[in-house]
Amino acid sequence: MIAAPLTPPGRTAYINARLLDPATGLDQPGALLTEGAKIADFGPRLFADGVPSDAKVVDLAGKALAPGLVDMRVLITEPGGEQNETVKSAARAAAAGGVTTVVCLPNTDPVIDDVAGIEFINRKARDVKQVKIYAYGAATRGTEGREITEMGLLANAGAVGFTDGSKAIANAGVMRRVLNYAKVFGRPVIQHPEEPALASGVMNAGERATRLGLGGIPREAEIIMIERDLRLVEMTGGHYHIAHVTTSESVDIIRRAKARGLPITCDTAPHYFALTETDVGDYRTFAKVSPPLRDEMDRRAIVAGLADGTIDVIASDHTPRDQDQKRVPFAQAAFGVIGLETLLPLTLELAHKKAVSLLDALACVTCRPADILALPAGRLAVGAAADLVVIDVDVPWTVDEDAFLSKSKNSPFGNRPVQGRAVRTIVDGRTVWTRQEG
Amino acid sequence: MTGTSAPAPSFPHRHLLGIEGLTAAQITQVLDLADGYVEHSRQPERKSDLLRGRTVVNLFFENSTRTRTSFELAGKRLGADVINMEVQASSVKKGETLIDTALTLNAMHLDALVVRHAESGAVKLLSDKVNCAVLNAGDGHHEHPTQALLDALAIRRRLGRLEGLVVAICGDILHSRVARSNIHLLNAMGAHVRVVAPPTLLPRAIDRLGVEVHHTMKTGLKDADIIMMLRLQTERMSGQFVPSIREYFYFYGLDYDKLKVAKPGALIMHPGPMNRGVEIDSEVADDHKRSMVLDQVELGVAVRMAVLDLLTRPARAASAAL
Repeated sequence: MIAAPLTPPGRTAYINARLLDPATGLDQPGALLTEGAKIADFGPRLFADGVPSDAKVVDLAGKALAPGLVDMRVLITEPGGEQNETVKSAARAAAAGGVTTVVCLPNTDPVIDDVAGIEFINRKARDVKQVKIYAYGAATRGTEGREITEMGLLANAGAVGFTDGSKAIANAGVMRRVLNYAKVFGRPVIQHPEEPALASGVMNAGERATRLGLGGIPREAEIIMIERDLRLVEMTGGHYHIAHVTTSESVDIIRRAKARGLPITCDTAPHYFALTETDVGDYRTFAKVSPPLRDEMDRRAIVAGLADGTIDVIASDHTPRDQDQKRVPFAQAAFGVIGLETLLPLTLELAHKKAVSLLDALACVTCRPADILALPAGRLAVGAAADLVVIDVDVPWTVDEDAFLSKSKNSPFGNRPVQGRAVRTIVDGRTVWTRQEG
Repeated sequence: MTGTSAPAPSFPHRHLLGIEGLTAAQITQVLDLADGYVEHSRQPERKSDLLRGRTVVNLFFENSTRTRTSFELAGKRLGADVINMEVQASSVKKGETLIDTALTLNAMHLDALVVRHAESGAVKLLSDKVNCAVLNAGDGHHEHPTQALLDALAIRRRLGRLEGLVVAICGDILHSRVARSNIHLLNAMGAHVRVVAPPTLLPRAIDRLGVEVHHTMKTGLKDADIIMMLRLQTERMSGQFVPSIREYFYFYGLDYDKLKVAKPGALIMHPGPMNRGVEIDSEVADDHKRSMVLDQVELGVAVRMAVLDLLTRPARAASAAL
């Protein structure tokens, strides 16, 4: 695997493709033409009269061509944690995973809670010139949960939403103000739903934690926080997005709230539908995540929530941690797993297992996150940015974390057999990455 | 007992990290062997040369004079060179990780490593990185296997069996590695296990470990053969898990009044050190007919000798074959 040299942004014809556009339900053989940074045309009968002579031709030999993935929850630990991940390494990992748009959390050091923080990410992303990187602004100063940030100025600088990232906005009064104020600028508030007073443990509270002698985090920590916040949404009318939903009750609550017409959306991460608390095994720190992995009943409920659209989005929740933070006793290990390079195959796993249709699964990682954050991405449309991914949908392979381009290797999916992967990633019409076979 | 005695049936575990995963036959094997070491320890000449030339390191990341001394005596009575290392986070302060410590010790060619650590799973993590046998001397809230084995030996020597006995484990189950190891062991041996504690001191889903859950001593101790009292950490007092020492003792402290519902002559155990007037009344603690506390201390050495013997057999057999 290498990062491919940038191709000049002229006209490129992608022929013999299986066009997939979850936003419109398109799933047909066809072709797509990019012109410069934009999609010029696409469709089943495009090039029926021949490919334009000035276009470079890329024959996809039946592979799928879909909008590039939009990952709305990624921790890039630059500044402050460059040993774990930098903007550059995250961008390379994203490209290798078929992700063309990354939205990063504000939990850096220093926290992204002012305009300079947003501008730092913008500048780094421009310098890297690989995938598109957006940032959230912190909802409260220093993510300390007390004073709200300058949301208007942050929004003007490019913040696509507000969140305290991996920390819950715990104080109900503060959350009410955040929801109320963010509404003015049309940005969603993303909550890490975990009542901190209940979440002092290190894995799901249950039989496994009891056997291992580890402090448990009860599922109620999540459920209570979501229920409380929904009342605040009713009070304020702000757009509330719940990050990484993990329990069956949460799915039920969200389903009912959506039916009542509340302005809410939510996401989950692959580890919550692909793993359970039993994957902690004998203290596997790579399975230590926040919120914790739950039980099989919850895992199934998450899949059901994805299938019926209650859960809008799958985000990788990419949280790079170096060995020093993971090769320690479980209770001392940092929370988090990486996910940029496994987001696509694990999402496709849902389709291969026929739990969710292929287009619905891809909608969770393309148009839906783009719509929630009002990003110009995630769909095939004439005139839209040519941010695309070529997917070999059925190819079987085994996850090898050592081959990841992410600086950290803390994946719980090492050695997992999966099916389907990105083979070419295109951003603004330029191929930024291709998989070299063999 | 000498280093040339023929090794008995092998023990299929390289380390002793917990009771969970041991079969009744394996537990019985340890207890039978320990019985022999009890008699051995009562002789005027207590030292054997079974482990002569072998090195045992007691690596304690947490204070524990009793357990450490017990392991030290066990190793020395078997003739091993025993070294005590009390880490007290000093290496950690220098930035050395647990794995670095393990690798350093491994390079010194040990035969057995006895480890106590404040974090659950730390001993397992260490055992993955060393070539010698690792004995868990207590890891966080997870397991303390030799304590459960010595408790079982004490019961077996007094009552002749474990099967069918009603054992009530009382007190701070939530934070107790002793409770977890005892639950696994007693269940494996066919005892009926109850846990008795206020709900604030019980972990979630404890009933799935095969125990009856009681919140009052009156129901929990009814017809019990054995009552195991657990130490309550004083830092758990100030309104966090229980409101006060006074209230805890009133409802959960073991005294003669609460003992009335147990079987006549029910035996009392405590892993020590005891908080008199907190989880146990002094009169009961000092009742030598019923309290097995000193038996537990004595048998602890024998059990640890048995475990050191069993776990070093493969290495001894390998060097004997050279």
